[in-house]
Amino acid sequence: MAKNSSRSRMANEINASSMADIAFLLLIFFLVTTTIDVDKGILVKLPPWSDEKPDIQKLATRNVFSVLVNANNQLLVRGEPATLDDLRERAKEFIINPSKREDLAERPTKAIISLKNDRGTNYETYLEVYNELMGAYNELWDEEARKTHGVPYSEDLPFAWRKDIKGKIPMVLSEAESTSFGEEN
Amino acid sequence: MSKFSKKRGKATPAISTASLPDIIFMLLFFFMVVTVMRESELMVRVIVPQATELTKLEQKSLVNYIYIGRPTDKYQKVYGTSPRIQLGDKFANIADIPIFLEQHKTTVPEAMHGRIMTSLRVDGAVTMGIVQDVKTKLRKSGQLKVNYSARPRASR
Repeated sequence: MAKNSSRSRMANEINASSMADIAFLLLIFFLVTTTIDVDKGILVKLPPWSDEKPDIQKLATRNVFSVLVNANNQLLVRGEPATLDDLRERAKEFIINPSKREDLAERPTKAIISLKNDRGTNYETYLEVYNELMGAYNELWDEEARKTHGVPYSEDLPFAWRKDIKGKIPMVLSEAESTSFGEEN
Repeated sequence: MSKFSKKRGKATPAISTASLPDIIFMLLFFFMVVTVMRESELMVRVIVPQATELTKLEQKSLVNYIYIGRPTDKYQKVYGTSPRIQLGDKFANIADIPIFLEQHKTTVPEAMHGRIMTSLRVDGAVTMGIVQDVKTKLRKSGQLKVNYSARPRASR
């Protein structure tokens, strides 16, 4: 009889005070496992593959900015050794050619950057070089956007503006078949 | 007069914690929604290089990931220390890439196929040879939108 009465009393109300504990436990689990990481990176568009050998175009040497990276991660820019630090400035000067020098690009639209690496080149070095060349164009686009529209360049600009800017300073970065002198590991 | 004093005397009960679970649940649901569980365990060591000219990747469902790096300690006995490719949750060869891309494509609505992007998560200490091979294979498979994954860096 006594048992019966206690059971009926228990059925009155479920004790919900542990609910908070359970919810806390779950909360902490999700707090720990959450990674709010946004994936970022350098966006590139690879050229489509074609089995035919590309036509060898005669390009005036003044319009080509060749960057070679060897297996020892050393840079050769337009035939002479260079460092990563001044690559961006040199690329910018080459594209814009402010002082109308004879050995730099005729016009920004004619400028071609040619990047060639070895199979033994470090990926980190390669990406840094790519980053600098990309940075050169980004800075030029930014300058152009500020000059013509008075705003810094960003992907939020109207499409027509971006198209216009990229039409004036098109990014032409061609990657040659990599050499295989260096050791891969 | 007596009415007021009575009320005041009674007005010091314990603070009700009845709404505490609700608040916690609200937080819980927030974190459940924003959580992205890592879908594949990394079998290769990948520390992506730093860079400055970064673009944010939108729409995770349109991105497939290719990991390139040296096998972690656990797998070095079997797979050695030379760089390997990881697709999904297993080691793979260059030849497996087209199938991997096709498999990812089936999960994406047809109209979005042109916007699929491949994120190359490559360890900084790897040489370019294997990366070059992967790039060539991607080009042959018609997957031209590529993102070299990198960490942000303030400035050089």
